[in-house]
Amino acid sequence: MTENGIGAAVRRKEDQRFITGRGQYVDDINRPHQVYAHILRSSIPHGKIKKVDVEAARKMPGVVGVLTGAEMAADGINGLPCGWGVNNKDGSPMAEPAHPALAVDVVRYVGDQVAVVLAESRAQARDAAELVEIDYDTLPAVADLDAASADGAPLVWDDVKGNVCFDWEIGDEAATNEVFEKADTVVGIDLVNNRLIANAMEPRAAIGEYDSGKDEYTLYTTSQNPHVIRLLMGAFVMGIPEHKLRVISPDVGGGFGSKIFHYAEEVIVTWASTKVGRPVKWTADRSESFMSDAHGRDHKSHAELALSKDGDFLALRVYTLANLGAYLSTFGPAVPTYMHAVLLAGNYKTPIIYANVKGLFTHTVPVDAYRGAGRPEASYLLERLIDKAARKTGIDPIELRRRNFIKPEDFPYQTPVALEYDTGNYDASVDKALELSDYKNYEKRKAESAKRGKLRGIGIASYIEACGVAPSNVAGALGARAGLYEVGTVRVNPTGSVTVLTGSHAHGQGHETTMSQLVVEALGVDYDSVEVVHGDTGKVPFGMGTYGSRSAAVGGVALMNALEKIKTKSKKIAAHLLEASEEDIEFENGQLTVKGTDRSVAFAEVALAAYVPHNYPLDVLEPGLEETAFYDPKNFTFPAGCHICEVEVDPDTGVVEVVAFTAGDDFGRIINPMIVDGQVHGGVTQGIGQALYEQCVYDESGQLLTGSMMDYCLPKADNVPNFSVSTDVTPCTHNVLGVKGCGEAGAIGAPPAVINAVLNALSDYNVDNLQMPATPERVWQAMHGNG
Amino acid sequence: MYQFNYHRPSSLDEVKKILGDNAEAKLLAGGMTLLPTMKMRLAQPSDLVDMSGVDGLSEIRDDGDAIEIGAMVRHADVASNDRVRASIPALAELAESIGDAQVRNRGTIGGSVANSDPAADYPAAVLGLNAVIKTDRREIKADDFFKGLFETALEPGEIIVAVRFPKAKRAAYAKFPNPASRYAVVGVMVAETADGIRVAVTGAGGCAFRASAMEAALAKDFSAAALEGIAVDAADLNSDLHASAEYRAHLVGVMAKRAVQSLGG
Repeated sequence: MTENGIGAAVRRKEDQRFITGRGQYVDDINRPHQVYAHILRSSIPHGKIKKVDVEAARKMPGVVGVLTGAEMAADGINGLPCGWGVNNKDGSPMAEPAHPALAVDVVRYVGDQVAVVLAESRAQARDAAELVEIDYDTLPAVADLDAASADGAPLVWDDVKGNVCFDWEIGDEAATNEVFEKADTVVGIDLVNNRLIANAMEPRAAIGEYDSGKDEYTLYTTSQNPHVIRLLMGAFVMGIPEHKLRVISPDVGGGFGSKIFHYAEEVIVTWASTKVGRPVKWTADRSESFMSDAHGRDHKSHAELALSKDGDFLALRVYTLANLGAYLSTFGPAVPTYMHAVLLAGNYKTPIIYANVKGLFTHTVPVDAYRGAGRPEASYLLERLIDKAARKTGIDPIELRRRNFIKPEDFPYQTPVALEYDTGNYDASVDKALELSDYKNYEKRKAESAKRGKLRGIGIASYIEACGVAPSNVAGALGARAGLYEVGTVRVNPTGSVTVLTGSHAHGQGHETTMSQLVVEALGVDYDSVEVVHGDTGKVPFGMGTYGSRSAAVGGVALMNALEKIKTKSKKIAAHLLEASEEDIEFENGQLTVKGTDRSVAFAEVALAAYVPHNYPLDVLEPGLEETAFYDPKNFTFPAGCHICEVEVDPDTGVVEVVAFTAGDDFGRIINPMIVDGQVHGGVTQGIGQALYEQCVYDESGQLLTGSMMDYCLPKADNVPNFSVSTDVTPCTHNVLGVKGCGEAGAIGAPPAVINAVLNALSDYNVDNLQMPATPERVWQAMHGNG
Repeated sequence: MYQFNYHRPSSLDEVKKILGDNAEAKLLAGGMTLLPTMKMRLAQPSDLVDMSGVDGLSEIRDDGDAIEIGAMVRHADVASNDRVRASIPALAELAESIGDAQVRNRGTIGGSVANSDPAADYPAAVLGLNAVIKTDRREIKADDFFKGLFETALEPGEIIVAVRFPKAKRAAYAKFPNPASRYAVVGVMVAETADGIRVAVTGAGGCAFRASAMEAALAKDFSAAALEGIAVDAADLNSDLHASAEYRAHLVGVMAKRAVQSLGG
């Protein structure tokens, strides 16, 4: 390992500017002559727009324009596209209603965009917005899955019967049912996967700027994937060709999935800029974030596991209702299907699996990927079900898991639900977690808790996730409407410093550090002489961005491939300079040496020769030293692991405290262990948040009740313990880095580990089921038979 | 936020004049409720009268029998004040449990008490410790002060200048915080005062109230066991997203017992 290469816990380059307040976020950017947009949003969950009267607002001081959905439609602006199509059981395509950026006839959730006011100042825009008169015919609404699927439920879309967007399945239901009929034991469970709001620290923001002189558009936006936004907004919504649209996502303060999607506001500011001839800036306030950022999760599932009398898993069947919100967000249909149901094999050799997922429209904010995206839902369901099976069969929960694990010798392993796992060692993760958590002394700790009047519980969850999506052709066959490769460019400057252009996007992950480490590893240059550029389609030629733990596994590999090309060309140049044959050149630690001799040139000399080609093989080699690689992964990567949680429950109040949390993870090869630890800490914290604190609530009429931090409970520092984390490594077999991804694991493993621990703590209280979040009242009620 | 006129007078007379001249004026103490409400455009005062420059409202005085806390004293200052900590430690601890560090460094006792937020902590202290609310025109007993949800005995234009807390023989506050906001879902102050045992509850009802059955039981036997089986009526309590009335009623019992236990009872 070189000092700052792969495997080193290098301090993060980017933190200097973040910690000292020198970051440049979208809201820090101000364009000459910009105006401010205030977006008028529906205050009702469902209604026909009778009239939008903007005349009074237009006359307010500082107002530059007031624009409506009707004007947008008249300009031929299309609705927001959905990036993933899913088919029904019968092969027919899902319902895919239009999603206008500004509503034209009907509003469908509280927060739906209706009109935009443009003014010289933010305050003026907001003042004027109060004078826009919108008359609605209020219509009945449905907010939750039960209401949406009830007989005669109000419809979100007139032509979508029963609010069913799709009725999708995977596996053979009849064959699965047959196994169930003969099984010794069948265990069933009904679970809610609670609706969450991501709450990135930085609210979304966008600036649209149209240059009529060049007929060029620039969009600054808080996106995890500016190239994807360029594709979706340019090609599908506004009809702007790539060479005329530049999308810039500078420093972005957290995303957790919620900034993947193409949002209406991006279209609104860009279009509005053409209308008023000035740049248009919009920044969400926190209240707006709550009602307009895509929400996450929101599943209701019934699942059953068939077991033999010895505890072998024989079959699994799962029926899930997934809330999609009022409109299809960019990847909304993919999350409960191809990101969820295909993970239902988990770490286990269940031979046959059937899953049916119905995606339902409701009068709520669109639902889409949130840290883990489908995989936490699968993992939670499976690990809760297995613990229940352990209770029913009397088999120790760890033993039951181990008995059914896919073993190291089984890889590559084809699951019954489409995926082929390349490698893993699940027992090793369990062993590591048991050791780190001091599992063998648990009973002592339980007795000590009891002395203090507390009920202690321990819970375990294994998990697997599919990351680094995916071979583009496979994703395409499953309904993806874009490629899923990544791009890396390495530009070696004449003095030997290196500029990396990556299509991945960092919004907290520390790519500037980890990608620099890859360059150090490959070229032996100084860590400080590497600059990583990302987040600007005008600088980075192509890319697909960051989500699904793909930056290292796809973006990192693309970069490594580009570095390999640099090494190859450098050897050719060095061979010329050293008058040796290319095959004899060794490239190590920044030196290119003729094998077995002391004749060498430094990499910087090679770079200089490439740009000042006085002594250079111009007849066979182009000058310059810049290479690009596009990398399309051969398979998903499969990070996996085992999490163990210990809780104490206060029997008087039902308060659950997480007192210990251990993560034994396998992320493949680790580039920066400090950053990986941080990812696990953050992911586990969000997982604990889902398990104990977070719950987005709409009332029956469709009003959002948890619209602020006062009512939506994010986990705080005093809600989490110190974490014990460790990584066991089985390198990914199909990428050159051997990396798998680590960004989502914590949020996937933690919820079932926490809830299994709570149920374990309540084992004397005959509590059969418990839904998330396990709030004090919910636990207290469950202890008193009101679960 | 809508436009408003800002005033920072230095005397109560000036404050009264501004209030007299502007029917839609509001007093700004710590602003921890008013300012967010204004930012959300849910309040639209014509004038804000910032009390932080008014002389004599920011002192904590010990007169032997009682501690008098000026209306503009910040929660953090109550929490860290040596006299309060020595004489009525429960009051200091209560102040330390309010909101977060930012709120404690801005919010004031006068502002909190005048607002009578059903989930605020101070009302439990005022009622439980049998405090007296001193205003620009009279003194109001704690038992007469809290009238309902955001409703007090204060007349229009009446200004709290201080809150006087008699030194209790012993007192303790037990709080069940809302996990999101850290306001009290239920907070109970149990105190042994010169006038007997007092049990005051905040968070649970429309405003702070006394649990008289608990007071009677503790007067006979100051122990957690004495509270067994004594429940407040859930019918009178709040029920919301965070806790049902039934659960709140249960928590009142638990918190009361914990307060008593922490006093050795």
